[in-house]
Amino acid sequence: MSKVLAVLEQRDGALRKVSFEVVTAARRLGASVDAVVCSASGPEGCATAVAERAKSGGYDVLVFAATATGKDLAPRVAAKLGVGVATDVTDLTSDGGTIVATRPVYAGKALQKVKVLGKPAIVSVRPNVFTPDAQAAQVKPETLSVASPGRVVIREIKAAPAGMLDVAEAQVIISGGRGLKEPANFKVLEELAGAFGGRAAVGASRAVVDAGWRAHADQVGQTGKTVSPSLYIAIGISGAIQHLAGMRTSKVIVAINKDKDAPIFKVADYGVVGDLFEIVPKLTEEIRKLHG
Amino acid sequence: MKIAVCIKRVPDSETRVKIGSNGKSLDEAGVKFVMNPYDEFAVEEALRRKEKAGTGEVVVLSLGPAAAQETIRTALAMGADRGVLLQAEKSPTDPFEAAKLIAAALKPDSWDLVLFGRMAIDDYNHQVGAIVAELLGLPCVTAVSHLDIDGAKGVAEREIEGGIEVVEFPLPAVLTVDKGLNEPRYPALKGIMAAKKKPLEVKAVEPGAGSLETVALAPPPDRKEGKIVGEGVGAVGELVRLLREEAKVL
Repeated sequence: MSKVLAVLEQRDGALRKVSFEVVTAARRLGASVDAVVCSASGPEGCATAVAERAKSGGYDVLVFAATATGKDLAPRVAAKLGVGVATDVTDLTSDGGTIVATRPVYAGKALQKVKVLGKPAIVSVRPNVFTPDAQAAQVKPETLSVASPGRVVIREIKAAPAGMLDVAEAQVIISGGRGLKEPANFKVLEELAGAFGGRAAVGASRAVVDAGWRAHADQVGQTGKTVSPSLYIAIGISGAIQHLAGMRTSKVIVAINKDKDAPIFKVADYGVVGDLFEIVPKLTEEIRKLHG
Repeated sequence: MKIAVCIKRVPDSETRVKIGSNGKSLDEAGVKFVMNPYDEFAVEEALRRKEKAGTGEVVVLSLGPAAAQETIRTALAMGADRGVLLQAEKSPTDPFEAAKLIAAALKPDSWDLVLFGRMAIDDYNHQVGAIVAELLGLPCVTAVSHLDIDGAKGVAEREIEGGIEVVEFPLPAVLTVDKGLNEPRYPALKGIMAAKKKPLEVKAVEPGAGSLETVALAPPPDRKEGKIVGEGVGAVGELVRLLREEAKVL
């Protein structure tokens, strides 16, 4: 069995949810899983510490989260170890010691299966895909000491407004498109997201991001974020191929659209045809009752 | 300011993916290729930095097949000064191999900035820029959506989950850039004509095999045929019941 190092993330002193997913993915590959987290305030110091630990510990595999932080850190570590990274992996197996990773490419229009032959093999796993098991919650990572933070220094983190989840990590995404008609109408979606009690984020199609209605951080699709929530509700989104690419790996998809021929209904598990301004407030009311 | 911009030729985002007969790569027949959209932000940023400085050079570098010359010409038409193509028939699967070739080509010169798109929309690797930085020994900031440069010091903003990270870095540096940094210009006719005369150097390269090996490329599993629950507000009750009892997501 392989010796695996899980590289975790924390913010404000607490492990992030994705860290438990990383441990769960790591455990699939080896009986011996160690977990580390960086104390550093800069990516360079952290990369040096992780790379040194990977070498001194003789690890066969390193597992990162494919988050903004992980996608920044993993290649820095990989470069120091002379290998590439299999990024944003959605399935991982070990075939007689050889790591085989499945990863969406062309924005999810195809799945690439790669043998990760590096010594060590380095992968980063997509958030929300590897459901954390009970054991993962028990993880006690070692905090790596960082000699020097490096040349790139994090000066500040401007937090998003309290209670706002990122679409890449939310379990429920309520996404809106041009059918919302104007930016102010996203309030209807925010109310629905609010009814899920802190589990939901509001996403957006490229059309409304390009129009300046919503921030790029909220964009789902080929030039935005690729997401895999438990529940994706597409509201007033016709379903351009670029958008479908970014959300088709959601576990359950609901579409609400006035055009019954909209392509979004082809990927939706459940569709409701009609006026979103009537349907969504009613749905919000029903969800509130459930969570009452 | 002397700036290198590394760009990639990729299938247009509207492309319907067909798998080639080898079962490992894209069937390129009929596929329209474009400059990777994130690289357009990098080219634009380089041009603006040079214009602001009033002096300098913007060099566009690409690793790819002979046809990537067109992609380089597009950047030259936007206003870049000259191009370099590292010509390889097949792009390496392992981004470390791509990064080695790019770093080797950049190494002989000294650059104030080396810019990349934050990722390519074909292979989604998110790493060539950061690896090149490491190989060149330069500081690196990835996924930059806002940038201020004052002399030899830069301040960048990058989106992270649930917030924006503000980072400081010294120049020279490698940056990978995100949507939102700027609004890329369209090449004007004059630029397109001028681009034809700008120097474009082609060097043959041999990517190594690396440590990632494609076993298969396959279409994603089809989603199960869904159902229209109903029309209008009257369907909401049934939708909620299905989400609860059948899909079990509520």
